[in-house]
Amino acid sequence: MSLFDKFQPLAQDRHTLLGQGIDPFGAPIEEIYSPTEALINGRRTILAGTNNYLGLTFDEQCLDAAHAALDELGTGTTGSRMANGSFAGHRALEQEIAAFYECDKAIVFTTGYQANLAVISGLANNEDTIVIDADSHASIYDGCRLSGADIVRFRHNNPDDLHKRLKRLGERAANALVIIEGIYSMLGDKARIREIIEVKNAHRALLLVDEAHSLGVLGERGRGLVEEAGVISEADFIVGTFSKSLASTGGYCVSNHPQLDFIRYASRPYIFTASPCPSVIASTRQALKRVENGADLRARLWRHAHRLYRHLLDAGYELGPEPCPVIAALLDTREQALALWRGLHEHGIYVNLIFPPATPGGKSLVRISVSAAHTDEQIDTICQAFTALSTSI
Amino acid sequence: MPASYEEIQEKVITELSKLTASDVELTEDSELVTELGLDSFKVLDLLMDIEDEFDISMPVNLLADVHTVKDLADRIHSVINSST
Repeated sequence: MSLFDKFQPLAQDRHTLLGQGIDPFGAPIEEIYSPTEALINGRRTILAGTNNYLGLTFDEQCLDAAHAALDELGTGTTGSRMANGSFAGHRALEQEIAAFYECDKAIVFTTGYQANLAVISGLANNEDTIVIDADSHASIYDGCRLSGADIVRFRHNNPDDLHKRLKRLGERAANALVIIEGIYSMLGDKARIREIIEVKNAHRALLLVDEAHSLGVLGERGRGLVEEAGVISEADFIVGTFSKSLASTGGYCVSNHPQLDFIRYASRPYIFTASPCPSVIASTRQALKRVENGADLRARLWRHAHRLYRHLLDAGYELGPEPCPVIAALLDTREQALALWRGLHEHGIYVNLIFPPATPGGKSLVRISVSAAHTDEQIDTICQAFTALSTSI
Repeated sequence: MPASYEEIQEKVITELSKLTASDVELTEDSELVTELGLDSFKVLDLLMDIEDEFDISMPVNLLADVHTVKDLADRIHSVINSST
């Protein structure tokens, strides 16, 4: 068997998919007009699958900050944080994120994926146990695998099941790291965080909350589910990304545990990755300020989310369990989901297509993410397209 | 909860039969992924069901070298024996 034989099934899948037109897993974005519009495959298209929740990708202050940093500091750091890549902006952003959460410590990473990889593999090793929600993001699974720790899954968003599995660990539960997400990216449901905290406290376990999809979206100051539920101080570690509400790239972890700083010297993904570009850091710092004062954007975002969720339910779609800026339409087969995705593309709407096994329950998903930057007319257009396609799926 | 290898294998096959077509013959040599077509998450979900069935904790990473029904039953047997 050659090195490349393993790609044969993938090549066959790709051939079948591409034979039917535009590639849903690499849609060619030819021009970007705004946070919510682009030219895709020659068609002017509403972007409704970009996780650009607050629509800050063209925010003037963010752009100005990025331009200035580019001119003053250059295009890249060309080094890791441990070597030559720790500029004043990186350190300032860490202080600002720590202050944002009212936590003692913060570390900035180059991507959100790297943040989970670095924090989880830095915290746990082969003598530890990590207990994760079954629907956790791939970066959490990969971080756990890299750590070498024992990995135990609990049933999605089920505090009773978490209790059962921690109980089975016996004495090891007291040092276990429990990992949940603020908003789960596949179905857009929120973690039952207060009940989960009760369980982890009962077992004296530690809790890491990934707020990738909830930063900027939940809480009065946009700090995510931990803020909305009033439990910021109960989470041992809060991880998130800059690539959604903050409209750049990167990731972070905050904590009140002083040992967080040691991750800088104990975590290979942190040590061996070049640090974020100065322009990325500069725009992120501006975006963080806008997030904190973004109640207007959040109100608009949630108004769109509720409206679209209600409309899709009325149109007969099976959806995730609650209204959220991430709205997933669940389809029984790949063919149905692909047909819906292509139909939406022909109506000038871009969304995400997700096939099993990356999806819960073996369903295929057509996933929408709404943005505060969407206009009411754009939401109207999305609603009309889903209605028009509902009978043919 | 002590259990013999045969009891464990029988329960594994019972759980697997819920995930596979009715005409698929399940033996101890059946390969979970290549033969039975279980994707990675179905295998992980099966593991949660098995943990509940035997009231044990069996970390995901123990599945690294599990390919067949027999491999899985062996692994469960060893976890149960090590915890009793």
